[in-house]
Amino acid sequence: MAQTFHQSTNTLSKLSIFGALFLVLGALWVTVEVNRAPYVTQEGVTREQPVPFSHQHHVGGLGIDCRYCHTSVEVSATAGLPPTKTCMNCHSQIWSNSPTLEPVRASFRNDTSIEWNKVNDLPDFVYFNHSAHVNHGVGCSTCHGRVDRMPLMAQAASLQMEWCLECHRHPERYVRPQAAVFDAAYEPPADQLVQGSRLVEDYGIHTRTSCSTCHR
Amino acid sequence: MRPLCVLCGMLVLVGCRQDMHDQPKFRPYRPTDFFGDGRSARPQVAGTVARGQLEEDTLLSSGKTGAAFADAFPVEVDEKVLRRGGERFRIYCSPCHGALGRGDGMIVRRGYRQPSSFHVDRLRAQPAGYFFDVISHGFGAMPDYAAQIPVKDRWAIVAYVRALQLSQNAAMADVPPDKRGELEPAPETP
Ligand code: HEC
Ligand code: HEC
Ligand code: HEC
Ligand code: HEC
Ligand code: HEC
Ligand code: HEC
Repeated sequence: MAQTFHQSTNTLSKLSIFGALFLVLGALWVTVEVNRAPYVTQEGVTREQPVPFSHQHHVGGLGIDCRYCHTSVEVSATAGLPPTKTCMNCHSQIWSNSPTLEPVRASFRNDTSIEWNKVNDLPDFVYFNHSAHVNHGVGCSTCHGRVDRMPLMAQAASLQMEWCLECHRHPERYVRPQAAVFDAAYEPPADQLVQGSRLVEDYGIHTRTSCSTCHR
Repeated sequence: MRPLCVLCGMLVLVGCRQDMHDQPKFRPYRPTDFFGDGRSARPQVAGTVARGQLEEDTLLSSGKTGAAFADAFPVEVDEKVLRRGGERFRIYCSPCHGALGRGDGMIVRRGYRQPSSFHVDRLRAQPAGYFFDVISHGFGAMPDYAAQIPVKDRWAIVAYVRALQLSQNAAMADVPPDKRGELEPAPETP
């Protein structure tokens, strides 16, 4: 009896089994990459705000320190958003007739909150603490990017677990002198690894990778 | 075959639920519809005193002894306090008063009312408590900084303002000879 399939199909079927392996791996790889894509992580996404507050203007242009507005960043887990009174410190006199600032004045008059849209948003099962970072030589711009160039706030990092861990495993690649933590325009020196390792020692930084550091 | 596909599809979609990402609990600034003003962080109940709010030391909390401003510090002033004060001064005061307290800060250059320089006889003669009071309650067109600056930091700033007043009114002869080499040029006003 003649064979139903030509002999060459042997090779073909082996090839397709082999190919299926790549197909599965490929599919996995695509899934992983999609998960890292800015579309999923919101990296680089700018958010509309009720008042077009510009860090470029206030930080880059006027040179106001982060802590003038984010007062709790050195002492607590949350950086803190400024209450309307903080805006009115200056805007009671500056641009006090500008229609752009009407929501701020209305909020001050009526004692209501300005509802800022959250830009950096970790899942609720992750614990994060600002004071643990800014008091150990991790600068705002390492995580939040060049806010002094942002007319509207955008998320600068993926905020994924691998991103946190990359630094928690190798802090010497990122830490800077304590005096430069609030400098939005800081550029790491050419010998970052040498200086970083020294600072890691000076500041008593340990690699923190146990799950309960961030999931508690 | 078809039920299997539907089942697989459902399994994949289950992964899209965000229940653990958005748990029904309050993190800072999260809104609520339980209270009329929408704030989950509640203001302090009127007439109550929280820990640390009791003002036992009138000099510390008001800058006064009796009815008059005191010319004394309730905290010991050392180099650490001065450095802290300098840092806080640059954050909260220099936008208007300038890095040297001359009243030429960035916000003033953009049209805010110009404050008087700290280096006039009238202000050099004011007691320390006066400066503390201005920070805590504001003065004329100047807003108060009670909400932004904790009490101890306000005193550190006052100490730094005093140091500024001395340094801006000093001659080379006031500097001990062995320290003259350490003098740096004045910082640029931001
Ligand atoms: C004049 C006040 C002011 C100053 C100074 C200021 N900020 Fe902000 N910041 C705000 C306000 C108001 C918001 C909320 C609106 C928004 O997201 O743009 C904000 C939002 C942010 C956010 C996003 C918060 C979120 O929702 O995730 C980051 C990050 C941030 N600021 C970082 C900084 C850094 C870093 C500095 C210093 C280099 C700084 N800010 C200085 C007022 C200020
Ligand atoms: C190690 C990274 C890191 C550093 C350094 C850092 N931040 Fe953040 N920041 C975050 C993350 C992550 C969030 C989101 C927190 C959340 O969703 O719970 C955030 C949130 C914020 C917010 C929104 C309010 C809040 O607290 O959730 C502000 C404002 C802010 N950061 C300002 C700052 C400023 C100012 C500095 C520097 C003094 C700074 N951050 C340094 C990672 C960082
Ligand atoms: C330390 C002083 C200061 C504080 C605090 C401050 N601003 Fe401003 N803001 C300014 C100045 C000065 C300008 C004008 C900038 C210029 O002329 O370059 C300005 C401009 C603006 C503008 C642009 C106005 C227009 O009509 O184009 C907006 C919007 C604004 N600020 C919002 C805010 C908000 C919201 C806050 C509170 C979180 C705030 N500002 C806090 C000083 C301040
Ligand atoms: C650029 C570097 C960097 C990044 C990015 C970073 N961290 Fe950290 N983190 C540090 C350093 C440095 C410390 C201080 C470690 C120490 O005290 O030994 C720290 C400490 C912490 C602590 C406090 C640990 C403790 O027990 O005191 C927590 C919680 C934490 N990080 C969470 C996070 C999370 C969540 C993220 C991501 C959203 C993150 N970190 C991203 C550098 C970083
Ligand atoms: C430095 C902080 C940090 C440490 C340490 C850490 N995680 Fe995470 N983890 C995160 C962050 C941030 C996220 C949120 C990632 C996101 O939003 O995509 C996360 C998410 C997760 C998730 C959920 C993933 C998802 O997509 O829903 C699991 C599961 C998890 N972590 C397990 C662990 C385990 C197990 C360990 C210990 C081996 C650990 N984590 C250690 C920061 C950390
Ligand atoms: C938003 C701008 C602004 C900021 C920030 C500011 N001031 Fe003032 N300050 C003024 C103005 C304007 C006056 C003059 C008020 C008047 O004459 O009506 C003033 C007046 C004063 C006076 C009284 C001077 C006198 O003539 O008797 C003192 C003292 C003072 N400021 C100290 C401070 C200190 C300390 C800080 C930092 C904690 C500070 N100021 C921050 C704007 C500011």
